Amino acid sequence: METSGAFAILLALCLAAYSFLASLTGAIKKKPFLIESGRRAVYGIFILLTAAAGILVYSLLTSDFRLAYVAARSNRAMPAVYKFAAWWGGQEGSLLLWSWLLSVYSAIVVWTNRKKHREMMPYVVAVLMFTQVFFCTLNAFVEPPFQVLAVGKGVTAVADGNGLNPLLQYWLMAIHPPALYLGYVGFIVPFAFAFASLVTKQPGDAWIQTTRRWSLITWGFQSMGVMLGQGWAYAVLGWGGYWGWDPVENASLLPWITATAFLHSVMMQEKKGMMKVWNMVLISSTYFLCIFGTFLTRSGVVSSVHAFAQSSLGTWFLAFLTIEVAVTTFMILKRLDYLKSEVRLESVLSRESSFLFNNLILLASCFAVLWGTMFPVITEAVLGEKITVGAPFFNKVNVPIGLFLLLLTGVGPLIAWRRSSLESLKRAFRWPVAVMFLTIAALAAFGIHHLYALISLGLCAFVTVTVVMEFFKGARAIAAKSQMNFGRAVVELTHRNTRRYGGYMVHMGIVIMFAGYTGAAFNLDTTKEVKIGDRFEIGRYQLHVKQVTDGDTPNYSWQRALVGVYRNGEYLGDMSPERRVYSATQQPTSEVSIRRRLHEDLYLNFASMSQTDADKAIIQAYVFPLVSWIWVGFYVLMFGTLVCLVPSKVKYSYARTEVVGVYAKQAEAAK
Amino acid sequence: MKTYLRFGALVVAIIGTLAWLAASGIKESKTYYKTISELKQSPDVGKRVRVTGDVLPGTIRREGEKVFFTIHEKEKNLTLSVVYTGKDPLPDTFRDNAQAMADGRMQSDGSFQASSIAAKCPSKYEAAPGQRPAQQPLNSSKPPSMS
Repeated sequence: METSGAFAILLALCLAAYSFLASLTGAIKKKPFLIESGRRAVYGIFILLTAAAGILVYSLLTSDFRLAYVAARSNRAMPAVYKFAAWWGGQEGSLLLWSWLLSVYSAIVVWTNRKKHREMMPYVVAVLMFTQVFFCTLNAFVEPPFQVLAVGKGVTAVADGNGLNPLLQYWLMAIHPPALYLGYVGFIVPFAFAFASLVTKQPGDAWIQTTRRWSLITWGFQSMGVMLGQGWAYAVLGWGGYWGWDPVENASLLPWITATAFLHSVMMQEKKGMMKVWNMVLISSTYFLCIFGTFLTRSGVVSSVHAFAQSSLGTWFLAFLTIEVAVTTFMILKRLDYLKSEVRLESVLSRESSFLFNNLILLASCFAVLWGTMFPVITEAVLGEKITVGAPFFNKVNVPIGLFLLLLTGVGPLIAWRRSSLESLKRAFRWPVAVMFLTIAALAAFGIHHLYALISLGLCAFVTVTVVMEFFKGARAIAAKSQMNFGRAVVELTHRNTRRYGGYMVHMGIVIMFAGYTGAAFNLDTTKEVKIGDRFEIGRYQLHVKQVTDGDTPNYSWQRALVGVYRNGEYLGDMSPERRVYSATQQPTSEVSIRRRLHEDLYLNFASMSQTDADKAIIQAYVFPLVSWIWVGFYVLMFGTLVCLVPSKVKYSYARTEVVGVYAKQAEAAK
Repeated sequence: MKTYLRFGALVVAIIGTLAWLAASGIKESKTYYKTISELKQSPDVGKRVRVTGDVLPGTIRREGEKVFFTIHEKEKNLTLSVVYTGKDPLPDTFRDNAQAMADGRMQSDGSFQASSIAAKCPSKYEAAPGQRPAQQPLNSSKPPSMS
């Protein structure tokens, strides 16, 4: 079994290398047979890696403890779901997941484009396969998943495995890595098309149109991955936070930031023919940051509370990244002539300029996060002393950036292309600005004096009004014209231009999330050593620690506190935070108890029994205002992303205002 | 040209503000990584430091809000006594033999006052050492990843 698995990986590596070489030479020497065989090899790799992954999953499910990987990540008592999730519970398995996903994506790309883009496709395949060669090499030689625990010459099994880290035995964590990886790996496709279009000197924006869906879907997965991580941190780690600016978290955020910038700035290229070089740089950076993120989490180059896997992977990743960055930079520089902008910026008060600021700000944030994450490495190299920066650094830079972005979210879509007069701005923003100031005034009157919180909630109101106005204006026109009711008119409006109105929904999701993040300014927390039977207070809540019980399951033993919750004397129900000690790892974990409500969460953590006093429990209680809105906003964001993916009913062809580009003219002449 | 000048001025203003914020953020939160031996040699009292070591078994002791324990640097066989005064709960992974990362300042009496503690198992997804005899794959030439 495991031999076939290892062999499948090895064979996939050979095929990937072949496919890379065949596609490349086929494209250069114009040999269709070579190109075709390179394409077919992609399917072969998919089948081989699926087999390898299948064997690993099968071994995990059947608890085949002869395999080192299975013995280290799984144990018999674990539920089947987590046995399956143990596939990505460790270094070797998660790298296999990477290459498997890449093989899936490659196969889909090759299949859906089998009759399209004849010129670009060989290079697309070559880029995909170059990466596949790299990851298959890691799978085959550096971090092989199919090692057996051999004693002497015979192959023996251990009785039971070590089990998956209990912190990972949570449903969100079971799906977080695949979601994040789907996003990470997915960005290779737009990158491959961008690169191929550079090499083959494609006129126009073929690569952007072909990969628009890809970019959106992978961006959606990435958002999902980042959010699932936050949801997991909130519910499992027991400190009540969802984001700590830890290197692992930053690694997932970095490509998301550049991808977001990319999704916005491609619109400049599609509609105005501007920022062509910039888009190339953005998509390449996004892809490199995806690889870099994998490198960061997998190599242990920066230490983290999440305790990275330590390994020799670092050098491999660095070498791979260096080659790719060098080749891409060379290609972009060589093709600068083909990437000339077709129009010039006309005014600071214009849609174009709002896009530019959006990009500038996102990139600044990306750079700041990268800088902060790599600070220990940089200072060690430059000053010879390892210095780290903490959350205050990240917050100080990113909170103003976030607020500025929020402002642009409201301003951007309403401001005219090319140039906008102050007069029209006044007209467009009269109401939103009024509502913003009213909101701020109202909140201040209610006793909220936290500056950033006021600005943030005010801006949330501002953007909400702009978005609602857009829907209202459009839908009213349709309703009047085709005599349908307003609700149907909204659907009709969205359907006519899904990209625009779906985009507004995504913006709305972001606004709601910001409102949720703002709640953090008003968090309450307390830690109390309470005698069983006693009460304590947090905010408006009174907590009555009724009893502590304990018990055992095959997988873990537990101890549970029963806490009665009252608000202003009114009984609201019981909560039962729990502590577990997993038998396989002997690792204690907290199962927090959360009373989720839209206005605030009450969050209880049973820290431990007191060590000085046997009948005292240490309970930590937190109140997190508005935190639920983060998750609500996320659902809205995902819904908006899905709406964007629905084809528009009306095909808009954006006539570019001034097409002065040489290549567009040539294309015209060729017709 | 005027447009580009205006645009440039705005860009410079934004980048400048952010750079200033970043610089002050770094100043506020920078923490030096030190080993126990480095701290013993030059105990910069008052400097924010992050120090890592293994928790010596049996040294964790709670007194009210404070938690006392000793960490150990294997290579040089040095120990450092730490008192934790932060209000956050200690992480679940913090126990005997765990690798602990203490964030805080040296005191003039040679002890270390930590405001936050992170504890980790040696590798992200693996059990702590000493829990179970390490099973090293014998058909491999690479260093064991499980120890």
